Amino acid sequence: MLSGFGVVTLVAQVLLVVAGAPLLTGVMRQVRAYLEGRAGAGVLQPWRDVRKLLRKEPITPTGTGPAFRAAPLVLVATGLLVAALVPLAGTVSPAASHGDLIVVVALLALGTVTLALAGLDTGTAFGGMGASREMTIAALVEPTILLSVLALSMPSGSTSLAAIVTGRIDEPARLASPSSLLALVALAVVTLAEAGRLPVDNPSTHLELTMVHEAMVLEYAGPDLALIELGAQLRLTVLLGLLATLAVPWGIATTTSWPALLLALVLLTIKVTALGAGLAAAEVSWAKVRLFRVPELLAGSFLLALLAVTASYFLSGA
Amino acid sequence: MNTISTALAVSGAGALTGAAAGLGLPARIRSWIAGALTAVVGAAGLAAGASALTGRTWSASFPSLLPLAGVRLRVDALSGLFMAVAGAVVVAVAVYGIGYARGGHGPVASRPAQAVLPLFAATLVLVPAASSVSTFLLLWELMALTSLLLVLVEHAERSTVRSAGIWYAVMTHLGLVLLLTGLALFAAKAGGESFDALRAGAHLLSPTVRGLVFVLCFAAFASKAGAVPLHAWLPRAHPEAPSQVSALMSAAMVNLGVYGTVRVGFDLLGAGSRWWWLTVLVTGAASAVYGILQATLATDLKRLLAYSTCENLGLVFVGVGAAGLFHAGGDPALAGLALAAALLHVVNHAGFKALGFTAAGSVLRATGERNLDRLGGLRAKMPATASLFALAALGAVALPPGNGFVSEWLLLQSLIHGLAVPGLTTAIVLPLAVAAIALSAGLAAAAFVKALGVGFFARPRSPQATGATESPALMLTGMGLLAAACAALALVPGVLADPLARAVAASRLTGIPPLTGGELRLRLTDTSAAYAPLWLAAALVVSLVLAGAGQRAWRRRSRRRAAKLWDCGGGQPTPRMAYTATSFAEPLQRVFDDVLAPEQDVNVTHVRESIYLVERVRYTNRVPDRIEHRLYTPLLALFAEVGSRARRLAAGSVHVYLGYGFVGVVALLGVLTVLK
Repeated sequence: MLSGFGVVTLVAQVLLVVAGAPLLTGVMRQVRAYLEGRAGAGVLQPWRDVRKLLRKEPITPTGTGPAFRAAPLVLVATGLLVAALVPLAGTVSPAASHGDLIVVVALLALGTVTLALAGLDTGTAFGGMGASREMTIAALVEPTILLSVLALSMPSGSTSLAAIVTGRIDEPARLASPSSLLALVALAVVTLAEAGRLPVDNPSTHLELTMVHEAMVLEYAGPDLALIELGAQLRLTVLLGLLATLAVPWGIATTTSWPALLLALVLLTIKVTALGAGLAAAEVSWAKVRLFRVPELLAGSFLLALLAVTASYFLSGA
Repeated sequence: MNTISTALAVSGAGALTGAAAGLGLPARIRSWIAGALTAVVGAAGLAAGASALTGRTWSASFPSLLPLAGVRLRVDALSGLFMAVAGAVVVAVAVYGIGYARGGHGPVASRPAQAVLPLFAATLVLVPAASSVSTFLLLWELMALTSLLLVLVEHAERSTVRSAGIWYAVMTHLGLVLLLTGLALFAAKAGGESFDALRAGAHLLSPTVRGLVFVLCFAAFASKAGAVPLHAWLPRAHPEAPSQVSALMSAAMVNLGVYGTVRVGFDLLGAGSRWWWLTVLVTGAASAVYGILQATLATDLKRLLAYSTCENLGLVFVGVGAAGLFHAGGDPALAGLALAAALLHVVNHAGFKALGFTAAGSVLRATGERNLDRLGGLRAKMPATASLFALAALGAVALPPGNGFVSEWLLLQSLIHGLAVPGLTTAIVLPLAVAAIALSAGLAAAAFVKALGVGFFARPRSPQATGATESPALMLTGMGLLAAACAALALVPGVLADPLARAVAASRLTGIPPLTGGELRLRLTDTSAAYAPLWLAAALVVSLVLAGAGQRAWRRRSRRRAAKLWDCGGGQPTPRMAYTATSFAEPLQRVFDDVLAPEQDVNVTHVRESIYLVERVRYTNRVPDRIEHRLYTPLLALFAEVGSRARRLAAGSVHVYLGYGFVGVVALLGVLTVLK
């Protein structure tokens, strides 16, 4: 199934995500700056940061090993792979048939695990602290994610993302079903935790009491830090893209038509930007919760996911 | 003579000569010869199992070999799967064991240990071949006894070994009593003790008796597999045994608990009713979550691995239970899929757990430490061992591209599609089972990040860890064999599709092949899901190359410069400042505070002159196994109480004892008169 159209879809989708990920962060920071009455650094600032960091001298801190060195690459690679597997722009692509929702979730977890190992590899108290907190949150997020996956895959009878998305486009009633809505809300909450956003983690803090993601990556500098930043931005973008794909699948190209693909790419940009801007606007009024209250939040989302599964069973008339 | 019978004969002969060699040969060549013969036993088991997995069966009966019942053997694809797994593990571990014992390292090189090891290996291979109650029980008990002797090998070094040995001896024999009762009841009602007679006579049993037989047997098998709440012996005995024995126990012996459940439950009793499998599933889910939670908090590397065994066997039982539920719900295709997923997880778990225990054994040999808090920095001192442990951890965390992910993915698929099976039970139980699997996968990630990150990365936290050296080549070869097996299972699991289908068919659960194989893809027959591990691994490599190339293309300076750790400007942190295993697990311990009930104690000693000055703070933190605490401790206390009261009966006077005899005989006669 290696058609020219499929390959173009795949490449266009991945390129859009990679080019757009720093821009999305730029937009979110700009929205935040606007709401806080600041001028902001401009939408392009994250790209300028990446460029500047890449030109700096690569640094290897003493006492770190291969895990520390490999983690930025693995983080970006899993981000790229997920961007290829999720049918963000079209379901006709050589990667779409491998786009299993469980595989996507597991790949994102692989990135988390690698980064936690890198944090421990530095041997500093901060690195260990960040890794410990990150793994605690990651472990508690897992049940919610898989139950949401279960609820979303029940109507189409498959965990294949292409099948789920096609099913949801063909039968719009599925989108508004209570089960689907509950599952999406649960998924949205865990997306915040997975992407390290407020109220679970504050991406712009360097306060030792609160940082999670930042504590793990404190020792990175130069080109490695550039990859870490890019990896985190990619992760946020694909997670929001996944959410958008599941919640509002309209516009995703399901046939081999060039105008449809172009429209899908434009719509994808709009959907993800809108979601990101909304998240940024909401974050202005949120405070980070204490680490030991995060489990309460995640337990709440777990309950929603469980309700979603139960609802989809009992309301489907079985 | 076909392949299977030849292989079994070689296996038996190898075990006996190995035992003789272990007893008779001088220390210089003992471990070489005994180890090589153990490897022969394993290789023969692997050959027999592989041959059975291609669809051959073999059966034989030796009526004169044992008094009364004789010996009956039969090998089909289901036995073959477990024989092949045990055989493969035995080969790799035997090679590793030669290197481990060669440096005259400790009591494991002693005569008794080297003599018992080949026998234990042979029982692991032969138990699945038994096809009558007496043969099965004989081999089962032989396996328990030989493993018990091996657990006790280092009893002179540590007192904990003795206590672990007692726990293991008592629990395995309680299991034997249950198994004996259950199978004897079955044989009595079915009218024969060969498995053929049991299979043919299973319908003669009333549903109550069948249920009773199943519950008795399952309790015994679950205890052998370390399922909660009968797991208490496992996290004691597995860490205290010499490392190659731990690997054999954790990767091969526990599997036989699953084999027994599948053989008796599906094959002999004919699948039975829904509540049996609900029990199995719930037991499995509870073991998975409880086992991995304890592993997350463990600071002893081998204890962590042992608790992870509880978790993984729990996941297998979830699959077996789901298979039974689907069968009872009238969906044989899905039942076959769930059972295939469970059996594949047995294979995968054997691979990565044997690798994990052998790597932990290398660490123990190099440092004398099992405590993660006192390890660290080993990746610089023992790079090969560290990378092999990393591979084992990748399998255990169930993330792609590891081998554990393949079977967990398959298990999740079978549960997700299982909601189509009608019935309220499935609608309530399956989502919770999915959540339990997900939670155990998440916690497993935390546990193995801790084991790898704290134990092998960062800097050494003790002089022992600083002085560690890489293991000898033979140990690395043994681990390398296991690593190759793990990699093959991770990348081309499709080759196991047909053998798994034959094993499922041999369990008489369903004749529908659950998977269609091919080298690349693991494709589900009845649904549209597909997972192509080789494709995914290739895509991951391509993405890594792209990321690396992108970074390279943009950057101006390519020479890496070494620099001091920044640590937020804190200067050079000492190893004592690094996070330990205890501190790593602290947030999770707090989150699961109510479940685990940890005991913490802070003792502050003040300076004599002023209570405002602190001289010393002593902090102790212990996470007791709560099930053990709540279930076993009261029971043991009760037995002790009854025992001390009964002691009053023994007053030491011969007259009184004669009186007891008289009263006893009269009472017996009285009972007989009433009954007649």
